[in-house]
Amino acid sequence: MWRYIGRKSFVYLLTFIVAVTINWMIPRFMPGDPVRSMLTRAAIDDPDALARMTDYYNEVFGLDKPLYEQYFAFWAGLFRGDLGVSVMLYPQEVTDIILRAVPYTLALLLPAILLSWIIGNRFGAFAARSKILDNTLLPVGYILTATPYMWLALLLAWSLGIVAGVFPTSGGYSFSLRPEFSWLFISSLITHWVLPFLSMFIVALGGWAIGMRNLIIYELEADYSNYLKSLGAPRKLIRRYAFRNAMLPQITGLAVQLGTVIAGALLTEIVFNYPGLGSLILDSLNSRDFFLLQGVFLFVVVGVLIANFIIDIIYVLVDPRTRVQMTGGAS
Amino acid sequence: MKSLRLPAALAAVALIATGCSDEGGSADGGSYPREETLYTTGTAWGPPTSWNPMMRGGYAVGTIGMVYESLFHYDPESGEYVPWLAEGDEWPDEQTHVINLREGVTWNDGEPLVAQDVVTTLELGKVEGVPYSTVWDYVESVEATDEQTVTVSFSEPRAQEWMNWAYSNPIVPDHIWADMEETQIAEGANEEPVGTGPYGYESHDDERMIWERNDDWWGIDALDLTMDARYVVDIVNASNDVTLGMLTQGEVDVSNNFLPGIDQVLESNELITSYYDGPPYMRSANTAWLIPNHDVAPLDDVDFRQALAHAIDMDKIIDGPYSNLVEAASPTGLLPEWDDYIDHELVEEEGYSHDKDESVAFLEDAGYLDEDGDGFVETPDGEPIALTLQVPSGWTDWMEAARLIAQDAQAVGINIEAEFPDPDLVDQNRNSGEFDLVINNARQLSNTPWTYYDYLFQMPVRDEQTTVNFHRYENEEAWDLTQQLAAVPADDTEGMAEMTSQIQEIYLEELPTIPLWYNGQWAQVSNANWTNWPSEDGDLATPAVLWDGWYEMGFIETLAAIEPAE
Repeated sequence: MWRYIGRKSFVYLLTFIVAVTINWMIPRFMPGDPVRSMLTRAAIDDPDALARMTDYYNEVFGLDKPLYEQYFAFWAGLFRGDLGVSVMLYPQEVTDIILRAVPYTLALLLPAILLSWIIGNRFGAFAARSKILDNTLLPVGYILTATPYMWLALLLAWSLGIVAGVFPTSGGYSFSLRPEFSWLFISSLITHWVLPFLSMFIVALGGWAIGMRNLIIYELEADYSNYLKSLGAPRKLIRRYAFRNAMLPQITGLAVQLGTVIAGALLTEIVFNYPGLGSLILDSLNSRDFFLLQGVFLFVVVGVLIANFIIDIIYVLVDPRTRVQMTGGAS
Repeated sequence: MKSLRLPAALAAVALIATGCSDEGGSADGGSYPREETLYTTGTAWGPPTSWNPMMRGGYAVGTIGMVYESLFHYDPESGEYVPWLAEGDEWPDEQTHVINLREGVTWNDGEPLVAQDVVTTLELGKVEGVPYSTVWDYVESVEATDEQTVTVSFSEPRAQEWMNWAYSNPIVPDHIWADMEETQIAEGANEEPVGTGPYGYESHDDERMIWERNDDWWGIDALDLTMDARYVVDIVNASNDVTLGMLTQGEVDVSNNFLPGIDQVLESNELITSYYDGPPYMRSANTAWLIPNHDVAPLDDVDFRQALAHAIDMDKIIDGPYSNLVEAASPTGLLPEWDDYIDHELVEEEGYSHDKDESVAFLEDAGYLDEDGDGFVETPDGEPIALTLQVPSGWTDWMEAARLIAQDAQAVGINIEAEFPDPDLVDQNRNSGEFDLVINNARQLSNTPWTYYDYLFQMPVRDEQTTVNFHRYENEEAWDLTQQLAAVPADDTEGMAEMTSQIQEIYLEELPTIPLWYNGQWAQVSNANWTNWPSEDGDLATPAVLWDGWYEMGFIETLAAIEPAE
């Protein structure tokens, strides 16, 4: 067991180093100079002042050093939890800005991923081999899972937001409120959360339901199911066994899907102008804020790695076979 | 599912906890009352980070105008200066301007406004990084002759330029700014702005800026202006779809961005209005110019530029991407508000219009011929010509217009391709002169066409051209005349017309840039919560735009005039 975790940890560490390096490289090799664009916006007329301020900001952002030094400084800062200073929101710290946005993204992601997975699995298992459901609801599932997040988001914003006027379509909370711990504010948070959550939840739901349905049908065809059936076991019991076996690939699927779901969340946030990491990525791209951009990416990468790691461990706990294999027992 | 119980329990606890805390809430209940709050959008492209009026382009828009005020305002309708922090002024001679300050004006920290504040503000121009350092090119000295009187002496009379400074630059308090460190003056965030204006800083977050009414504002008594809007919430620009959604849902009262297709909304939704009932719906705010880089051949050749100007079919652009929301610019580039200064006879003679044949004739006469038969002309030396027109990516109206311009140019044999780099990159290339053609509209409507000619002709050309003369055009005579125009007394309309007429002659002959269309004062307003907006039928003709510089041209009056809807 520990050897397994050790091996996995090593792979994750390697992935982490490579991810951080790529993450550090991308913005630096993109065209455009953040300091220059910051000063361009300030429209400074005097050439001396311009030169002086360019030097000043290059020093602040550490851009005056050679590249390898910038790279090591980045790693050093990383361990101190210091991701540098933002250009867009100068002089705020990148870490602070990200921490402000993270709750919004997590509040969307966690419920959307977990609920869609749980409900999708239940529903898929329930629908498998039931003629009526197979013929009616599953085609809907196919359509849903093929729907781009952004498109469904736009559709929901238009129908439930603009036409029906039930839910607000923009922002994390009403612009008429001060952020504070009151019922009014929290209810505003919830109503603003519904549409982005729904658009992610619905798309993901379709995928899980279809996956589970197919797996259950496969398991019901398996020898052990047929054997149970011939023994005269009740239908419910057979399905329970099938469900437990079908869960395993679905857990792996969750790990694989995580990246896609997060990318979808980022797009959804942009559609709804939701103040999470996705909107932050767009804003920082628009203002060439490399430091914020790489900070957000880093956060996302680390989040995906941690989630994958957790799923790996859960997998071991859930599937006794892997456990036996790892400890070297005879299979 | 066991796992669902814990989150459900937590949620319940959270709800109960919030239910309890609600009872102890403040009188405002944590929200801005709708009937006292004006929601605006269209000024901010990023979260507010600075309230320092010396950081041009960096401060939250509204800092100048809402909080900090200038000595004068300017009314573009009547073409007159409105005394603001100044109560009156006189010019004893050409070289001296005596300004009497208003009595009873206080800063929002309780200190009174005194003449020394004006002196200090001007002195700040000597600090590196302060945007109006050029004022010291012609101001000799500034003196507080008594508590309420300031005397400005000029080494060189430049009345136009001076009055432009006086209404577009805010006065800052001496008791705060005099002892500030130089780096703080130029770069500090100035989180607690102390101004004299009708509003003050309330709070901000990443998505909005909130201004709160200053109930002790001097203008309530002195100008009889009262603001019904206790709060002004300026929302950081979102996508066009989101903005349109908020506008139709009544969540936003004024939107100051170009929204494609807004003409259809204006026609179909009674609550959403603009200044004019029909096309062009909006008044003009500035001229969009096609800027050729004079350091790049053959754009330095006037015949080539003439050919290009004649090739562009403006009607197609106005009907197409703009669906008649804008009007074609006069060949002089001067705004309709400056009609008095446009030399119409000259335009009749020298102006250009869309004419493909003439464009081809210009090219042929100057020796630009297509010898190699690729469909595009070469220079007289036989060099192939391939130019790019850069327009910021995402500015959909400009992108579409740029495509049409490129098409029109190609139709006469000029090889121009439209390119859409990232907005910041366009600005950088424009400033450093690494471009062939760009579209730009940096200069707004102002008190005098001088600001436009300053933009067109200012010399010397530096490595980085950050605010003016992006086309890097050098013409001593035109710049000389522009400087003379700056010296014409501010109320001498005839003298100005004479001067501008001479400059127009040079402009039309040389065509250093090509005027395209007048960008509108994009102002689509919702009457769902606030009414009495400026319109062609109403009494109010002030602008409804919150952009930088428009507070001093009547927006403050608009703010005072609007009323909550019944």
